[in-house]
Amino acid sequence: MILQRFLIRLLTMAVTLLGVSVVVFVIIRVAPGNPIAMMLPPGATQADIDRLRALYGFDRSLVEQYFIWLSGVLHGDFGTSISLRQDVLSLVLNRLPATLELSIFALVIALAIGGPLAILGAREQGTVVEAGIDVANGAALSIPDFLWGLALILLFGVLWPVFEISGRVSPRLDLPFVTQFYLFESVVRLRFDLTKDLISHMFMPAVALALPLAAIISQLLKISLKEVMTLDYVTLARVKGFSETKVILREALKNAALPTLTLIGVQFTFLIGGTVIIERLFSYEGLGNMAIDAVINRDLPLIQGIVLVFALIFVLINLVVDMMYALLNPRLRHG
Amino acid sequence: MADARAIGQRGDARLWLAGGWLLVALLAAIFAPLIAPQDPLAQDLMFERLPPFWMQGSQPGYWLGTDSLGRDLLSRLIYGGRVAFIVAFAAALAACLVGSTLGLIAGYFGGWPDRIISRIVDVWMAFPPVLFAILLVAVFGTGLSSVIIAIAVIDWTRFCRVVRAEAMGQARMDYVENARIAGYGRLRIMVSEVLPNVVPTIVALLSLEMGIAIIVEAILSFVNLSISTDDPTWGGIIAEGRLSIHQAWWVLVFPLITLFLTVLSFSQFGEGLKARFDPVLR
Amino acid sequence: MSACLDISSLSATLASGQRVLRSVSLAVEPGEVRALVGESGAGKSMIGKAVLGVLPPSVKIAEGSIRLEGTDLGTLSAKERRRVIGTKTALIPQDPLTALNPSRRVGPQMTDRLIHILGWDSGKADKSIRQLLDEVQIRDPDRVMRAYPHELSGGMRQRVLIAAAFAAEPRLIVADEPTTALDVTVQKQILRLIAQLQKDHGTAILFVTHDLGVVAKISQKVTVLYAGKVVEEADTAALFASPQHAYTRALMAATPRYTDPMASLKPVDDAVLAGLSAEIAAADQSWRAGHG
Repeated sequence: MILQRFLIRLLTMAVTLLGVSVVVFVIIRVAPGNPIAMMLPPGATQADIDRLRALYGFDRSLVEQYFIWLSGVLHGDFGTSISLRQDVLSLVLNRLPATLELSIFALVIALAIGGPLAILGAREQGTVVEAGIDVANGAALSIPDFLWGLALILLFGVLWPVFEISGRVSPRLDLPFVTQFYLFESVVRLRFDLTKDLISHMFMPAVALALPLAAIISQLLKISLKEVMTLDYVTLARVKGFSETKVILREALKNAALPTLTLIGVQFTFLIGGTVIIERLFSYEGLGNMAIDAVINRDLPLIQGIVLVFALIFVLINLVVDMMYALLNPRLRHG
Repeated sequence: MADARAIGQRGDARLWLAGGWLLVALLAAIFAPLIAPQDPLAQDLMFERLPPFWMQGSQPGYWLGTDSLGRDLLSRLIYGGRVAFIVAFAAALAACLVGSTLGLIAGYFGGWPDRIISRIVDVWMAFPPVLFAILLVAVFGTGLSSVIIAIAVIDWTRFCRVVRAEAMGQARMDYVENARIAGYGRLRIMVSEVLPNVVPTIVALLSLEMGIAIIVEAILSFVNLSISTDDPTWGGIIAEGRLSIHQAWWVLVFPLITLFLTVLSFSQFGEGLKARFDPVLR
Repeated sequence: MSACLDISSLSATLASGQRVLRSVSLAVEPGEVRALVGESGAGKSMIGKAVLGVLPPSVKIAEGSIRLEGTDLGTLSAKERRRVIGTKTALIPQDPLTALNPSRRVGPQMTDRLIHILGWDSGKADKSIRQLLDEVQIRDPDRVMRAYPHELSGGMRQRVLIAAAFAAEPRLIVADEPTTALDVTVQKQILRLIAQLQKDHGTAILFVTHDLGVVAKISQKVTVLYAGKVVEEADTAALFASPQHAYTRALMAATPRYTDPMASLKPVDDAVLAGLSAEIAAADQSWRAGHG
């Protein structure tokens, strides 16, 4: 039964990705302006332009161009970047780990803030503490990551400079890494000095990304916990003699967390979308930052590749969340 | 009884505070030529990077200081509000109209219309929103109308989802059934019966969307992809502020505070309205 | 010999000031089975909740005391109170479906109190649970303990809860209408089990029920409740032989009898209700006088 569900989801995923690729393709190819002309020096002849057009396939019909691109993708060929003159796939794979590390770090921070706040709010329900948490959540929810990022730059970049506000890693450092997963590798290689440097660069952008998500987690989980806490088995746990905190952790948390999983998963995809501007703000060398440059330079193949990768990530997260929900629910598991 | 009234009171305070700020900002933007102390575009390199009035080295008439080209910050902020509010109202309204209509159709009629619209929404939501906006503006050219259309194009899904859910819930209710039995056409039922019940949600969402539109515009002008003229924008000022953060922190601080207050006010205003018009609480 | 449970003039109110428990007094001796009987909304569950310290937030104790083995629960801190309740009492809940955590296996739900609150080691806890599961006639303890609640039938779940309650060796068990949510065929079985276990372990039980048939089968003494007020209290046999209060008589008349199915069911008489209302009103008046 889980397998069936999984396969259906895969199919929907594929359809969505196809849709995304079509939309991007149409937008870019239909756009006014001549990106080819931008690439060539002023003295280029019409023949030069035509040759370049043929090279990038602009001389064929729109539908033909799409299927050429699509078949390339299915063979792992995402084309060549116009602005960076390199293979799109390798460019993307080069920058992707940085963005993934940032996003996951942000997720961890969001859980670390939101989870305990939710539990605290549920335990202290009806008191000033809960009201205070609600107000803080309301504020954090309304303010987007962009503004948090700017505020953090001001606070910790200027006022109290403990964290770095630019780049991924200190430029003068000699990096022994083989992959682009710097943070992960630094831990594995026990180079904690590098870990410290990486984190001091990642912390601010990650917090900026995390705050809205933390507020959502705190809000949703608290509501869910409060609902579960009215159930009989929670009352029974209190009679057994467990403290309120233990009751929440032992009995309520798992049952309360499950229904919030889907919504939090969706919010996480928004967080990843936020890396585009946050990376730009903090000059963090990730996929989002490269995306903005690609768009400004009208680098069609690169834009397509990046957008597709983002869409793939979004769709995968939805899939994972869905599967997790099915797996963690004992009733669904046993059919 | 007491609980509902307490919520009402809290909601009212929210409405007044948020609405108050929005009104002030809006009026300032509308009456900018009368209120702004300086010409927002006038550069004066003699007065570059002046600090705000309470600090040493400030000049009278330049209340919040100047930027690196000697332009008065307060005036630029006031004029920047024009772009912000125009984008907020136009883009939010456009997104609302498109999204709500499609959502109403999908939710009420169900079946194939719902399937198609939901599929489109899924594809749309697989795009990172900011990237999508930047892409649209970069591709179709900068300018105010570009920005407005871009925001509407990316965010209509927000309205669509919510309205669809509400419409589906309402469509199942008895009063709709009764209208059908009474012989009213489906379109008429949709508009005259279901829509009014969905309106409070739409209104709250509209206010929220305005805040979002302002942010997206700010982001776009931050990456220099917003309006095509020299007119000041809050995002543009922030971009300048980011560059001279160590020498003239006020150029970043004040537009940031303005954005904070405005976005917060839009969302709280929407929440407050929703609470006000929620028939359950009444 | 001090009473196991001694409730003295307990009054509880809602936020509006209205009383839901009206100066309830009752004492349960060690090893005694006391039935607490009344209609729905009479407050009998409320008394059980008050004793266990799990009253809903909307209900507050206004007056009176609850003594468990001599200790006045009202004088304890929240932490101390939790400790006393957790070590000396147990609950057999009404609905076995909702009283078990659906995402935890049954075994840990039975042993967690023994290990974490009573401080037993896992060997002793496991042995004790298996022993009790045998006493409630569950033949396959391994399967049951490894199972999730939804894999067991309603009757089995209730037996598990009963076993868990007795395993903690409490002085007092509050049984909150434990047979109400079960099939009629299973009810008798469960009742018999509870009676047997009570006799074997000598635990005092406060048995909340609306069913006079249950009262007759399991209890030694009965307290009859109406609108939060104690209306009559007697040994079970005596109560059935000659009920003193008009309400008690009306309750008995209203119970369908197996031996006389043709007898028409009599709802509680208007006169009796009027008399009760007067009693309640008088009690409330003196209460308001004393409490403003």
